[in-house]
Amino acid sequence: MLKILKSGLQTTVQDLGRTGFQKYGVIASGAMDPYAHRLANLLVGNNEQAAALEITLAGPVIEFTEDVLIALCGGDLSPQLDGEAVGTWRTLAVAKGSTLTFGEPRIGARCYLAIAGGIDVPAVMGSRSTYLRARIGGFQGRALEKGDELPIGDATQQQKALQQHGENDFDWQLAPARYFEEPVIRMMPGRQFNLFDEDSKKRIFSEAYTVSANSDRMGYRLEGSGLALKTPAELISEAVAFGSVQVPADGNPIVLLADRQTTGGYPKIGQVASVDLPLISQLKQGQQLRFKEISVADAQQRWIEQEQSIHRIKAAIQLKWEEWT
Amino acid sequence: MNISFSPLGDQAIVIELGNEINEQTEQQIRKVAALLESRQPEWMTEFVPAFVTVSVFYDPCLALYDKVKIELERLLAHLGEDIPAESRTVEIPVCYGGKFGPDLEFVAQHNKLTPREVIDIHTAGNYSVHMIGFAPGFPFIGGMSEKIAAPRRDSPRIRIPERTVGIAGMQTGVYPIETPGGWQLIGKTPLRLFRPENDPPTLLQAGDKVIFKEISEDDYHAWEEDPDAENP
Repeated sequence: MLKILKSGLQTTVQDLGRTGFQKYGVIASGAMDPYAHRLANLLVGNNEQAAALEITLAGPVIEFTEDVLIALCGGDLSPQLDGEAVGTWRTLAVAKGSTLTFGEPRIGARCYLAIAGGIDVPAVMGSRSTYLRARIGGFQGRALEKGDELPIGDATQQQKALQQHGENDFDWQLAPARYFEEPVIRMMPGRQFNLFDEDSKKRIFSEAYTVSANSDRMGYRLEGSGLALKTPAELISEAVAFGSVQVPADGNPIVLLADRQTTGGYPKIGQVASVDLPLISQLKQGQQLRFKEISVADAQQRWIEQEQSIHRIKAAIQLKWEEWT
Repeated sequence: MNISFSPLGDQAIVIELGNEINEQTEQQIRKVAALLESRQPEWMTEFVPAFVTVSVFYDPCLALYDKVKIELERLLAHLGEDIPAESRTVEIPVCYGGKFGPDLEFVAQHNKLTPREVIDIHTAGNYSVHMIGFAPGFPFIGGMSEKIAAPRRDSPRIRIPERTVGIAGMQTGVYPIETPGGWQLIGKTPLRLFRPENDPPTLLQAGDKVIFKEISEDDYHAWEEDPDAENP
């Protein structure tokens, strides 16, 4: 069991999201940084879809009431086990009674805590992700609070064998994902790109935009030089996607993220390449980003390369596990 | 008919079936949705029908944009052959006015009607669900009389109780879960619209015909005891 001694800013149970229900207005949810989430699961021998904790900026205090295998991937929120700094992007054996705490967020905004066996909350519509607004999924449909006790799913024989190892036995770490202070985000022109005036079409790919305070799992509101349509247009609502960049009447773009609504009526100036979504999700309020144009074909190629790389990482982890057991 | 395709990023494609909301386009959307539902191409992860578009999400590791487009074109060539799907009619009981519909008065005054007349017009309409979006199970319902149209509120309410019936412009709808919102609120239904434990998880689906039926506050409370029942 995981015992929450302090809640932190916003800690939620997330998997890779709810698929197939957007046509009913049910949002996808899921990890904001799916790459880090997947790798954390692979490092503890889980299926990459297993439910993990998404920890935001100020982390929680968690006590482990049994021997467990964990991995922390994503932003570096200065994690400590029983007061000792602990490594990220690696497999860790944690003894019963240990306490995990977090300190200053150094790089990135979100860290994923995966645990062998996964967080064992009931699946709702095929997913364990927390849907805060509808109060379903995750742990009782809400962010974690002090006193919550989260059940852990059954570990496999191999996971159980590894749990018996000491904390420092796994002298092997994955290359951490690189998050940047001022990232360049690759973006495809959006469905309504050509409705924008010439000036806006140039500026979106040349100027810096700042993440505003009004940013959360639903979307990041960016501030910069305002963007405008050639002529005002009333659009008919249609589906949006993870990474759609909408521009409402005030001219400030909004990047839609994991908890986006299923449909929207604002013109979309762009669509962030899926491989670059983690770079945005890991930004903190006040940080800047720039957009760089990429074609759909290139963005798909990058995605396929990333999937191949994850496949290789998975194979490498399996080899290591065989070595360790 | 003119069908066009365009990418929605690297993992979705938008099928555009028209450029204005009308009966014919709506029929086409229903047919495309039914076709995708029955064929389930292996690269498809899900699809989202809207007013004039159907967006298809896919796994680029299984098919790239050009292949998805070609396969969809091939699939949609059969569109005309299908008989339009029969639509369901769902009756939604509503207790109008009072604490459930704080803006009924406003909608009446705005249209120089009495609250009674607003209720009579609202219950007499032939409605259909154009799209589900905004919130789980939230129906965008078309077909409301312009005699009871009313603008959105200047500043949205922070909290609208679940199952409240509202009007915005020429549209009427029901809030399935508690959310912020700017619609004018005229009543409340005891029926639960979002049913996460069911498949499908919503009472209404795009394409459904809808009838609003007035009920008394007593009936409302009796019905609320069993919010999934078709009849109290």
